[in-house]
Amino acid sequence: MSSTVVTVNGEPRELDAGATVADLVALLAATPDGRGVAVAVDGEVVPRGAWQDTELVRGAQIEVLVAVQGG
Amino acid sequence: MSDVLKIAGRTFESRLILGTGGFTSHELLARALAESGAEMCTVALRRLDPGARSSILDVLDAAGVQVLPNTAGCFTARDAIITAQLAREAFATDWIKLEVIGDDRTLLPDAVELVDAAETLVDDGFVVLPYTTDDPVLARRLEDVGCAAVMPLGSPIGSGMGIRNPYNLTIMVERAGVPVVLDAGVGTASDAALAMELGCEAVLCASAISRAHDPVAMARAIRLAVQSGLLARGAGRIPRRLHAQASTPEEGIPVFDGPDAAG
Repeated sequence: MSSTVVTVNGEPRELDAGATVADLVALLAATPDGRGVAVAVDGEVVPRGAWQDTELVRGAQIEVLVAVQGG
Repeated sequence: MSDVLKIAGRTFESRLILGTGGFTSHELLARALAESGAEMCTVALRRLDPGARSSILDVLDAAGVQVLPNTAGCFTARDAIITAQLAREAFATDWIKLEVIGDDRTLLPDAVELVDAAETLVDDGFVVLPYTTDDPVLARRLEDVGCAAVMPLGSPIGSGMGIRNPYNLTIMVERAGVPVVLDAGVGTASDAALAMELGCEAVLCASAISRAHDPVAMARAIRLAVQSGLLARGAGRIPRRLHAQASTPEEGIPVFDGPDAAG
């Protein structure tokens, strides 16, 4: 299967070609439903409802964020 | 002041909002949270750490408290707006503690960026609770753009310097049409009591509890201080006066002069 290279939280990462935001969240997050997780791609918020349909293209800058203690 | 705290149509029995920053473990946070009686807790958003073993959301969900995401670490309106939108996705809440910081040494709010971000977020349907300076004019501007509360500092975040300008807070409370929540500077229980005595509707407190020698005991102390301050506010303090005013009657004071007394 071909692959693509993106940047996740500042680090390069190889993903299967055609991988979506939902695939990436499932790979990284402890909670399968992604509760407490938010994703931005190239500085734009990807709403939860669009995770399944948002493919990650080569060179995408992805931020995967979770809740931490603060404030 | 009513018996309960009301913000944006939601009511809270507790007038202490717990900031979760600074606790050395989730277990300690859970114990302090229980002792604080808080019904709302702040959280922040940061890059996912694949090595993290537990989520703060587990602690907050188990306690049944409302999550109040913040935009800590944002220096521009743009970053704060994106962070608020991400928080809405992550936590399924449109409540946001809006922080737009102007300077990483003082962590003081950037007033211009703050009002700009607040206006945009209110228009986008957020319930905006802005962390602000103790400037009554800025508080009014934030209220004018639709913020659901204003959250002035007493002194800089984490400084523990208490309320440096109680007169500004008094003016702010007098003029505000939305709840005033003291949001930074509490160092110990008396600071929280003073905030309530000045007429704040609630106190948001993180470091004073999380960095105390005994956070669980301090959580209880500050919970009680908030209640005491509210009671005292309602009871009405006596006016300050420069000179003494005896509380014991001045009539009927006996005279103990003997037969040898001069005069």
